[in-house]
Parts: sequence; C-alpha cells; structure tokens
Amino acid sequence: MVQTIEREPVTSKQNVPVEYRNDKVKKVMIICSKGTLEDVYAALIMANGALADGRDAKLFFTFFGLDAITKAKADHLHTATVGNPAFMPAMPTMLGGLPGFEAFASYMMQKQMDKMDIPHVTEFVQMIDAAGGEIYACKLAADMFKLEKDDFLPEVKGIITVGDMYALADGEGSHFIFI
Amino acid sequence: MNTLIVNRQQVEVNDEGYMKNPAQWTTEWANQVAAEYGIMLTDKHMEVLNWLRKKQAEGVALSIRKVGQSGIVDIKEFYQLFPGGPLKVSSKIAGIPKPVSCI
Repeated sequence: MVQTIEREPVTSKQNVPVEYRNDKVKKVMIICSKGTLEDVYAALIMANGALADGRDAKLFFTFFGLDAITKAKADHLHTATVGNPAFMPAMPTMLGGLPGFEAFASYMMQKQMDKMDIPHVTEFVQMIDAAGGEIYACKLAADMFKLEKDDFLPEVKGIITVGDMYALADGEGSHFIFI
Repeated sequence: MNTLIVNRQQVEVNDEGYMKNPAQWTTEWANQVAAEYGIMLTDKHMEVLNWLRKKQAEGVALSIRKVGQSGIVDIKEFYQLFPGGPLKVSSKIAGIPKPVSCI
C-alpha cells in the first residue's frame, strides 16, 4: 500500500545524511607511535569514532605503537606511572617506580575502562576492522623490533612503508592525526 | 519548534531531526527517514530497530558494541544495514534520541 508522506524541506545541516554533507573531514589517517594504554586508546577511539560517524579511518602503528597490534602485547599495555605528572599528582614520583606499581595502576585503569564498557585492545581492533577501518604496521619499526606478519593481530592488513601510508591517506578531505 | 509531517501526523523532532518522543514512532516514520538515507527497510532492519527501541526504553546506554552483542547482527552487518554512521542513522530511524557514546 502506498502511503502519502509529506515532509518539510530540510534546513538543518544535521538533517542530511553524512555522505551528502559538505564536511571537510572525510577521512582520517591516525598515526600511533606510542605504546602506553592511554595513547593507544586515544588512537582506537578516534578511529572508531570516525567510522561510527560515517567517515573513513585508517590506522598506522609505528615504534612502540606496534605493541597495540602485537598479539603477545595488545591486551597487556601499561600506563606510565613515572614521568607522567598527571598521574596521581599527590603521590611522590618515586613511588611510581616501585616494582609492580605500574602493573597495578594499569590493571586499575583497565578495570575502570571495563566498567565504562570500553573494549580491550584486541576487541577494539576487531570492531574497527568490522566497521571498515584499516590497520597497518610500519615496516621500519617492524624490522627494528624484528616483528613479522604472524606476530601481529589478524586484522592488520599489512606492513607498509611511510610512502605507502601517504598514498593510503591521499584524497580530498583527508586529515592526519599523530599520537 | 521543529515538526515533521509523517502520514499526516505531526511529529516533534529536535534540530538534528531526531524524534523527541519515541512514543510517536510509527513504521511510516521509519520508512520515511530510512528513505532519506537511501535505505529500504527489510525485516532485518526492523529487528534491529525494535531491539534499539526496546533497549532504549529500558534505559540502556546504547553503543555500536552493544548492538554487535545483541545476537541480531554483528558489527559488520550493522554497518552494512545502516551505512554512514550506523548507530546515529538507526537511532534516528528508530525514533530514539541521538546516541552519546564514543565507543
């Protein structure tokens, strides 16, 4: 049965589906060079958030950032308790260096994230992959740390050079985010 | 105040076109909004929309991850059903508020 549907003209920008919007940010290339819990999550959340908003997202992990996509390490990332003035500012820095303290702090942080329904790194990577995001490892860093394709999570699409990364990021409305 | 006319009924919406009162939702609304996104609603779409409406009514903070755990669709299928930002698009079609989750 055909329904008669009347609709007022679209006036607000947000009423328009994202692909028809004249947005300047169409795709992001997020480069993650750090392996600390909070830096890796920043990269993952921004990539996932772009995809969830109908934008393209690609991730390029380099140097210590490779830990985030290395099978043996991805779900065991730590947050820095030394050299991190924002971490428990009332606590003397020396305590942060006590054996086991960093592991404990990281465990507490991960527990808090679980409560907030934030997935672990490997699940997050799977989500980004399922959403059409692409994940790459830096060739130079992989060579340096003697890591091969098998060492990385299965969602990692390839080990690529900086030139390849720029080629992937090419296009109109493309933006870089460096962490 | 923003209103849309759906099937000759006035529906209150916010600036972004999300329905203000989920009780006003009808399948005509769903079809009309889906059409704006170029989506032709299937039974699978409706299953997802009903699930979203049910969870929203229960006060659950919705996220793409939770939809992926719903047992109705996985995350990949969810993105395929509602291209261009699945939770935002499906929430609008389902007549529930815009999701606020970053995950």
